[in-house]
Amino acid sequence: MARGRGRLAPYLMILPSGLWMAVFFLIPMVLMVSLSLQTGNLIEGFRQTFHWQNYTDGLNTYGDKFVRSLWYGLLATVACIALAYPAAYWIAFRGGRHKSTYLFLLLLPYFVSFILRTVSWKLVLTDNGPILGPLRGSGILPKDFHILDTSVAVVSGLAYNFLPFMVLPIYVALERIDHRVVEAAYDLYASRLQAFTRVILPLSLPGVFAGVIMTFVPVSSDYVNAEVLGGPQNTMIGNVIQTEYFNNSAYPMASALSFSLMAILLVGIFAYARTLGTQDVLEAAGR
Amino acid sequence: MTTLTTTKTPVRGRPARPKRRISGLHAYTLALIAWLILPIAIMILFGFNDTRSKQNFEWQGFTLKWYAHLFDKGDLTTAVINSLTIALLSTLITTILGTFAGLALGRYRFRGKGSTNLVLFMAISCPEIVMGASLLSMFVTFNLPRGYLTILVAHVMFSIAFVAVTVRARVVGLDPAVEEAAQDLGAGPWTRFRLVTLPMIMPGVVAGALLAFVLSIDDFIITNFTSGSTITFPLWIYGSTRTGTPPQVNVMGTLIFAVGIVIAVVSARRNMRAPR
Repeated sequence: MARGRGRLAPYLMILPSGLWMAVFFLIPMVLMVSLSLQTGNLIEGFRQTFHWQNYTDGLNTYGDKFVRSLWYGLLATVACIALAYPAAYWIAFRGGRHKSTYLFLLLLPYFVSFILRTVSWKLVLTDNGPILGPLRGSGILPKDFHILDTSVAVVSGLAYNFLPFMVLPIYVALERIDHRVVEAAYDLYASRLQAFTRVILPLSLPGVFAGVIMTFVPVSSDYVNAEVLGGPQNTMIGNVIQTEYFNNSAYPMASALSFSLMAILLVGIFAYARTLGTQDVLEAAGR
Repeated sequence: MTTLTTTKTPVRGRPARPKRRISGLHAYTLALIAWLILPIAIMILFGFNDTRSKQNFEWQGFTLKWYAHLFDKGDLTTAVINSLTIALLSTLITTILGTFAGLALGRYRFRGKGSTNLVLFMAISCPEIVMGASLLSMFVTFNLPRGYLTILVAHVMFSIAFVAVTVRARVVGLDPAVEEAAQDLGAGPWTRFRLVTLPMIMPGVVAGALLAFVLSIDDFIITNFTSGSTITFPLWIYGSTRTGTPPQVNVMGTLIFAVGIVIAVVSARRNMRAPR
């Protein structure tokens, strides 16, 4: 490290990325907030009028969509934890030589595009598709069994798409646990249940926390699953934002809705971080 | 939770060799993997489906014709080429920018480091739709035409943080004494970077580059907001969901899947052989 003349080095190294992020991330964010307070339309143009009503109107009109997005997000995240934890636990403690093979298999969906995954999942859930078709035909499932275009379909699609995001951090946290600590618990006459609830589970919570951040935000703001799997009854706030931008060209309203979504999610995450007592959100997510 | 393991004795030291009998949790893990792979298997299978209707969900016999007629849909081919070139260019730019950012963050103390970290965290945790919407807001405000270039710019933007964080993690684990030794031996900053620092952080750089490539080629939401009339592979598929996705999409997906797995396995092998 050239300490003397290298004073400028870190600034020069950070400058290109910093500029890129400033111009294409921070400034657009500010412009979006500004746009969210404007009035006008596509033909006559938009003017800054500090029209706060965009926010109150947005929340009043689409409050139910916000609630549904958060609710679906919560359901899918909880489903992800419940599905991922046992598998991550088994791989971390019992995977033996094949740990990385199992992890690789769990990550396989990521070699297929997100959209294509969702479309394929739709195929699985289609009434006359290759899975449900035979099951219904042979009478294992009732003839009127139907899952596509329901909330179950949307939540299952979300959980399916984001499960690996939950598996990985939980696995990393479990894998890090010093086996001697678990051993010590047994030496102190802990039952297997106690060793799990008092030692392993608390030590793995940072992984669960990171997993929740990595799934809850993208899941609640997703609109692809709702669009492909949910039909018109299950639209989430993402669908509304997309429609307002592209179909209605109602840019101020769409901006207000996007900013509200981000604010709600950020507040949610920080509240969650506080109640869980995780000291440093940055650190937990940065892992 | 007492059914978690089949062993009678508590876990001691390193876990014992895998048991012959399959435990409940082992079976569960395999079932979970099967669930994750099921839609992919169906995607691959229906690339071989001799379908005659627009909807491709009823098995009508095996055929290879979709592989033979892979490039029949001209706009689909263009979309795939767009996706690939955008991913390559974005990976190139992102890896260079992100690597330097990661180096600076992992190695130096400087004013503004805290806020840089905060921006990276925000970029990683920000909902994609908000990023896309804010970029669109900017393009609308300044009346910028959207297309190939705006997609590329957006992809670099959302991948930089991931590369920087990956490289930073690698840099933090390095011994600065090695570079000091190079300096003591008379290596200038550039030589030192090329011959000492870069080889040492290479695994982090490669991991970051792979991540950037995957993020870019897979991205739908932000691309949708920045694309204008330019179409990428995910956008094309999304557009086709209403009318019926043609089997060529399955074939393209299968080929990308296969290539991705080959690259991942090869790079994993190389990583295993390379000294840590």
